[in-house]
Amino acid sequence: MSDAGSQSPLISLSDIRRIYGQGATEVRALDGIDLDINEGEFVAIMGPSGSGKSTALNVIGCLDSPTSGHYLFSGTEVANLTRDQRALLRRHYLGFVFQGYNLLSRTSALHNVELPLIYKGMRSAERKREALLALSMVGLEHRAKHDPSELSGGQQQRVAIARALAGNPRVMLADEPTGNLDTKRSVEIMEVLQRLNKEAGLTIVMVTHEADMAAFADRLIWMVDGKIERDEPTRKAA
Amino acid sequence: MLLETLRLALQAIFRNALRSFLTVLGIVIGVGAVIAMVTVGQGSADQVTADVEKLGANTLMVLPGEDPMGGGPPGTAVPMFSLRDNDAVDEQISSVAVSAPISQIRSRVVFGNENRQTDVVGTDNRYFEAAQWEFALGRPFAAAEIQSGRAVCVIGETVRDTLFSTRDPLGETIRIKALSCEVIGLLKSKGASTFGSDQDDFVIMPLRTFQRRIAGNTDVSVLYVSVRDGVSTDRATEEIEALMRQRRRISADEEDDFDVIDMKQLATMLSGITDILTGLLAAVAMVSLLVGGIGIMNIMLVSVTERTREIGIRLAIGAQASQVLLQFLVEAIVLSLVGGLIGVVFGLGLGFAGARALSVPFTPDITIILVAFAFSAAVGVIFGYFPARRAARLDPIEALRHE
Repeated sequence: MSDAGSQSPLISLSDIRRIYGQGATEVRALDGIDLDINEGEFVAIMGPSGSGKSTALNVIGCLDSPTSGHYLFSGTEVANLTRDQRALLRRHYLGFVFQGYNLLSRTSALHNVELPLIYKGMRSAERKREALLALSMVGLEHRAKHDPSELSGGQQQRVAIARALAGNPRVMLADEPTGNLDTKRSVEIMEVLQRLNKEAGLTIVMVTHEADMAAFADRLIWMVDGKIERDEPTRKAA
Repeated sequence: MLLETLRLALQAIFRNALRSFLTVLGIVIGVGAVIAMVTVGQGSADQVTADVEKLGANTLMVLPGEDPMGGGPPGTAVPMFSLRDNDAVDEQISSVAVSAPISQIRSRVVFGNENRQTDVVGTDNRYFEAAQWEFALGRPFAAAEIQSGRAVCVIGETVRDTLFSTRDPLGETIRIKALSCEVIGLLKSKGASTFGSDQDDFVIMPLRTFQRRIAGNTDVSVLYVSVRDGVSTDRATEEIEALMRQRRRISADEEDDFDVIDMKQLATMLSGITDILTGLLAAVAMVSLLVGGIGIMNIMLVSVTERTREIGIRLAIGAQASQVLLQFLVEAIVLSLVGGLIGVVFGLGLGFAGARALSVPFTPDITIILVAFAFSAAVGVIFGYFPARRAARLDPIEALRHE
């Protein structure tokens, strides 16, 4: 993956469309998106249900391929990659945090965090060191041996963040990361993300429907009907 | 990476210990059944062989007639043997330990109010030696009794049981046709033969007595030959054939008009039958192994559905389709191998118990153990592949959304 330098955007979408079905039942989840995200940005995507914000995140996260359009990731076209190529891209450059945490049950926090490193082919000792480092970045190194069922929702989501961090990604993609949490825990999670963004310079793209949470980001993208309606700095950043 | 995959598979298996156990059960039963069946079958075959060997591994029977095994009345046109034929075999052939002349009919024997249809055999003391009979009571024939054809007899346990119940038969007189005959000996019971016939059901008298008083001729119908230890029965057979051809004046271009039967051939035939039975049972057991494989496939498919989210997570964080495929495949193989292993132990235990119950020797066969084990591994690959492929083809977005 070539690096086109800090001037060109890390993520560059141009006229991205994602269309499900055909003819009368056609659904335009993304209907011509143009979006540049620079290294080190903390971007929140908001919008009503069905506005295509999750689809946008899936396309940015290379979980999904756009029907048409161009997607330059770090200057390389990735819109037409095969399934396995996208898997490799995710493995090496992207980290995911989901609303439902999606940790493996009956598996220790440490092992959950190690999971992406296994697919990176890292050796056991190094993997453990990296995983513990990631857990310490979310303040959970003392919970490494615990199963998800022994952790609170907030802690589980922090383990999930640690898992996304463990691969040392260029971008972290968060899909409603606070959707299952109360306000206090939500704020904790957002503070963790904000710290990672400010201190480690991690690029974060987050989908949320809570304005309070979006406020932690620097930039807010408002989507309606598969299009970007507004793209502006958050009040805090401004 | 393969080692990691193996570790992942083991973790997944232990995370669902109960389900894994149930999955494995089919394979355990399948492999166990195959091994138990074959082990017990093999034991039975060995038992048959051992029985026949006890009956006379070194025993040859010489019969007149071209094909005594083919049925039909033997010797209609073929001359019988004589006592001199037997003595020639006994004395002139070095590989023969002892040869006994035998002539016999089926007849009713009577004592008091009791009677029994039994085999009446004319022979001499050489028969007791050749067939390894021991005396429970009394004695074999005296030389004078054989020479003069005295009316004396030795009886088997079954005849004693019918005619005398538990009483001492020695000195009593039994009647066979017109002959009254004094019982001078009782043989130790040998029980039923492998062929199912009662070996103790007979009355034995001196050959001359039998020929004069019962049969009314001087024929000998069978030579019962015991081969010397350390000499092959094949060699003895050849020598007997050569001698008999000469004695019966059979020219070089003529077929034998007698036959030498090796008891070992009977043993081979019998164990052949047992082998076929064992094979059939093993085939049935193989079917259960197949059913076990289908069980693995079922549970793996359920497992894939249940673990859809897990698969989604793995795909999202960068697992390639082939890696997910491999993980589930390895899981299925590990399951079936573990099942196979438990099945081997289980089958050997069952085989041991079965062998005990049927009182046949316990002879585990390493080949069948390896075959059953390899088959269980193959079951894992074949029936694990379909669910694994389904897992690998999942769409990560759909999989993550799965509840």
